[in-house]
Amino acid sequence: MPTADKQQRIRIRGGRVIDPACGIDRIQDVFVAAGRIAALGQAPDGFAADMEIDARDRVVCPGLIDLCARLREPGQEYKATIASESHAAASGGITTLCCPPDTNPVIDTPAVTEFVRLRAEAAGKTRIVTLAALTQGLGGEQLSEMAALKKAGCAGVSNAMQPLLNPLVQRRALEYAATYELTVFLYANDHWLANKGCAHEGHVATRLGLPGIPEAAETAAVARDLALIEQTGVRAHFCRLTTGRAVQMVARAQFDGAPVTADVAMPYLYLSEVDISEFDSQCHLLPPLRTVEDRQRLRDALQQGTLSAICSDHQPHEPDAKLRPFPATEPGISGLDSLLPLGLKLVDEQAIGLSELIHRLTTGPAKILGLPYGTLAVGATADICIFHPELVWQLDTGTMQSRGHNTPFMGREFKGRATHTLLAGNLVYSLD
Amino acid sequence: MSRDSLQIDSNGKLRHFLSISGLNRQLLNDILDTAESFAGVTEQTVKKVPLLRGKTIVNLFFEASTRTRTTFELAAKRLSADVLNINITQSSAAKGETLLDTLRNLEAMHIDMFVVRHADSGAAHFIANNVAPHISIINAGDGRHSHPTQAMLDMFTIRRVKGPDFGRLRVAIVGDIMHSRVARSQIHALNLLHTGEVRIVAPKTLVPAHAESLGTHVFHDLRKGIKDVDVIIMLRLQRERMQGALLPSEHEYFELFGLTEDKLAHASPDVTVMHPGPINRGVEMDSEVADGPRSVILEQVTHGIAVRMAVMSMAMSSKEPTME
Repeated sequence: MPTADKQQRIRIRGGRVIDPACGIDRIQDVFVAAGRIAALGQAPDGFAADMEIDARDRVVCPGLIDLCARLREPGQEYKATIASESHAAASGGITTLCCPPDTNPVIDTPAVTEFVRLRAEAAGKTRIVTLAALTQGLGGEQLSEMAALKKAGCAGVSNAMQPLLNPLVQRRALEYAATYELTVFLYANDHWLANKGCAHEGHVATRLGLPGIPEAAETAAVARDLALIEQTGVRAHFCRLTTGRAVQMVARAQFDGAPVTADVAMPYLYLSEVDISEFDSQCHLLPPLRTVEDRQRLRDALQQGTLSAICSDHQPHEPDAKLRPFPATEPGISGLDSLLPLGLKLVDEQAIGLSELIHRLTTGPAKILGLPYGTLAVGATADICIFHPELVWQLDTGTMQSRGHNTPFMGREFKGRATHTLLAGNLVYSLD
Repeated sequence: MSRDSLQIDSNGKLRHFLSISGLNRQLLNDILDTAESFAGVTEQTVKKVPLLRGKTIVNLFFEASTRTRTTFELAAKRLSADVLNINITQSSAAKGETLLDTLRNLEAMHIDMFVVRHADSGAAHFIANNVAPHISIINAGDGRHSHPTQAMLDMFTIRRVKGPDFGRLRVAIVGDIMHSRVARSQIHALNLLHTGEVRIVAPKTLVPAHAESLGTHVFHDLRKGIKDVDVIIMLRLQRERMQGALLPSEHEYFELFGLTEDKLAHASPDVTVMHPGPINRGVEMDSEVADGPRSVILEQVTHGIAVRMAVMSMAMSSKEPTME
């Protein structure tokens, strides 16, 4: 990235500036200098813009922060790379990505953290923060060197989708993380109850004869996690909850004052088990798409704030990964390209207000990660997303920027698209 | 692509035979009527018709099978087709070739029809969606999803024994519904043929979630479940179910769900007993019942050939150019 003194002074003119962190929603100019927000509304004294961005009819908001994106590097570069997915993120208005530790090698040493950071810097399109493994190699047995990993810059710890079979190990891991004030990112999925299933245990799985994953695989795990969070006092975050019941349990814990937050992944707000239809492998997700009722309860919890962030749960794949019989396909959706447009569709469907949506995509996840981004406050790092809320476009192989084209939304027409992305005051993407 | 357009062509004819669900009552009756006409052929001394002469059919079995593969092979030969048996568990898959690559290679050999068995639910749909348009796919069993020719031969057997009016019949399917592709297909077929009542009978560990949504009444007591029924279909219980903590023992299962002459007394006096085979004698049913006068288990096997001839010839005829 260029150093601050060489950076351009940018004036973003005439946009509707929405910054939920500061309670701002008004049409005004934004002034960027030295990689930071220099002023809103009135230009600072002596400000001479090197560049002007015309943001009339557009929304100017903090750059989006995605709590969960698999970049496939290191280890699965045939699916995607940090460079390819950084570019996709920038073109989707995303300025910070959080990468879970289940890379190969696993992010359980400062060296791998450093590798990801250097690759992200070389790509220069988006900021990548990492979660470190909670246990060595995600094996669920030996604690990772969390203090060293925190020092190396990891934003939290997680065992990703790998199970912590032994509750005693989990207790110790949470206690150790609490010692160093690390947030633990939990993927609530009981390994035994999930029993290698590939679809929600409901009427669709029954009709199609797909091995089912019951709701209890999530709720039983959340119950155990909550008990251990209370026991250890660790700050914890539940990643992409999928069932209404689990969300209700988290809401209850929040009400009781437990230090827990939770997010939802965008696909679960739109799709349900029904979309598997006739073995559509693009709808093979893990955890599985749940019932239509669950989807509604996720939307309600998002609106109410129990779910304080929406992530993309980006999982790019090579085409072959989905070209198999359904149970043998690899789960996941390539979601960076559709994060903002699907979010805007939620606003269109009046499931959430525009400002609340932006909150769940910026300051919400920033707070969970403990990062100073996700705001346009004067003095803040100038991570900015400018989008045109009325621009109609189609997601297809031509417009899709992620290397993974695995999405059930392929061919879908969307309204709203990012037109400019600024990362720390640098223009890293421009549609025009 | 919807299931209808995948299985049925624009003229309403069968293109692929993948699952019962997605078909209609008329088509099921056509299959049964066609099978009836072939049943005569199989009983003649010269058991061949030239309908599929010059066609090449590949039995593509990714999972072991004796009965189903053999009857498919016989059916194809009686239609005068050339038949190739490929047992993939021992060949390409073991060498790491993907399913799609295996298909592409076979396609290049100008095959007309694949009869496919695979351990994954949805495998037949996947193949049908990905083969060249001139190839027909017949599902010979995919995972827990579907085994439509087995269901049709069971319907054929019921129709022969009980007559064409399914509306007056009560049918009970007993055993491991959860893991059974046979049961799923039977339930769909029975409902499409407007069967009076379809029941499933099993302990809760062997009943899939929302089983009622398939169009069945669920019973957990064998005597109640078979009370006054006209047809009982017993399912095979895989031995590995004991290891999965689904059942405590074969002994207890036989005590509660095994079919004996004694329990059979609760059913209708002229009840017919069926089983897709192979039977675990003394686990799901007593030998006395299996070999008794109400059992039509061996007739089912015989009917399997005529039904498979019907399905194969119908699927192949939809590929013929239509007459000017």
